[in-house]
Amino acid sequence: MDIQLKRGLLEVCVLAAIKNEDSYGYQIIKDMKPYVEISESTLYPILRRLESAELLTVYSIEHSGRLRKYYHITQAGLERISAFQQEWKEILKIYQFITRGEIDDE
Amino acid sequence: MNKQAFLAALQEQLKGLSQNDMEKSLEYYSEIIDDQIEDGIPEEEAVSAMGAPEEIARQILMDLPLPKVVRVKTKPSRPLRVWEIVLLVLGSPVWVPLMLTAVILFAVCYMVIWVMIFALYAIDFSFAMGALAGFIQGGISLFTLGGTQAAFYFGTGLVSIGVAILLFFAFNILAVKLVHLSQQFILWTKSCFLRKGDNK
Repeated sequence: MDIQLKRGLLEVCVLAAIKNEDSYGYQIIKDMKPYVEISESTLYPILRRLESAELLTVYSIEHSGRLRKYYHITQAGLERISAFQQEWKEILKIYQFITRGEIDDE
Repeated sequence: MNKQAFLAALQEQLKGLSQNDMEKSLEYYSEIIDDQIEDGIPEEEAVSAMGAPEEIARQILMDLPLPKVVRVKTKPSRPLRVWEIVLLVLGSPVWVPLMLTAVILFAVCYMVIWVMIFALYAIDFSFAMGALAGFIQGGISLFTLGGTQAAFYFGTGLVSIGVAILLFFAFNILAVKLVHLSQQFILWTKSCFLRKGDNK
């Protein structure tokens, strides 16, 4: 897959992983696993990027004697997800048109 | 490799990064490893799942702005010894011009891309101005030189505006491509500094 495309997709995936409740690094990776493989070293730059773009905020909570960082989605982050959904609705339509002939053949 | 050794190796790779950036990276990896251990994964296994510290550092550094990358990669990892400083000074007639050339070459390449974008729109602007001149001259000619000349000037004005509009769309596409190219160029320069196996 195109690197730029995949990068954008993963960003939205991470936002979706914290959409319903705040989460932390390891949990995000586990939640995404059934849908998309993401390594720890891939997740880190994405989190930093999303943080500096103010699509999420970070806070620390003490957990069994150490600090754990939780990520919280911002309003802008939520808007980014809905923009993505809108965009892909259109792409899906085009995809259906492209594969129309093939599906008829089967 | 245990967690301690992994973090030490990563810290070594990230030398030159600001204190804050470095701490954040180390905290992140420390937390993830701890969470995996808590999940019942043996420490060694959790650490090796992270991958090589060199590769991790490369990913972190690739995300930094170019000047930071250069600073990180050119900063000596230990204080220079006296004889090294002497060598640097003695060798300066050679390496200073070479380095200057490299920096200027980079700046020129980058500037050329942006100047090209500027030139495209300058061309378009000149056509628009040509159209304006044609219309004005046409208006004046209508009263002084008569209908035929006026029609000619209006005609050139219309052609110019047509060309300007057509080119504007073409140039927009080209400009997007050029901006993309300039981004690629920055990425490429970064990757030159962050080549694999380069542990300077």
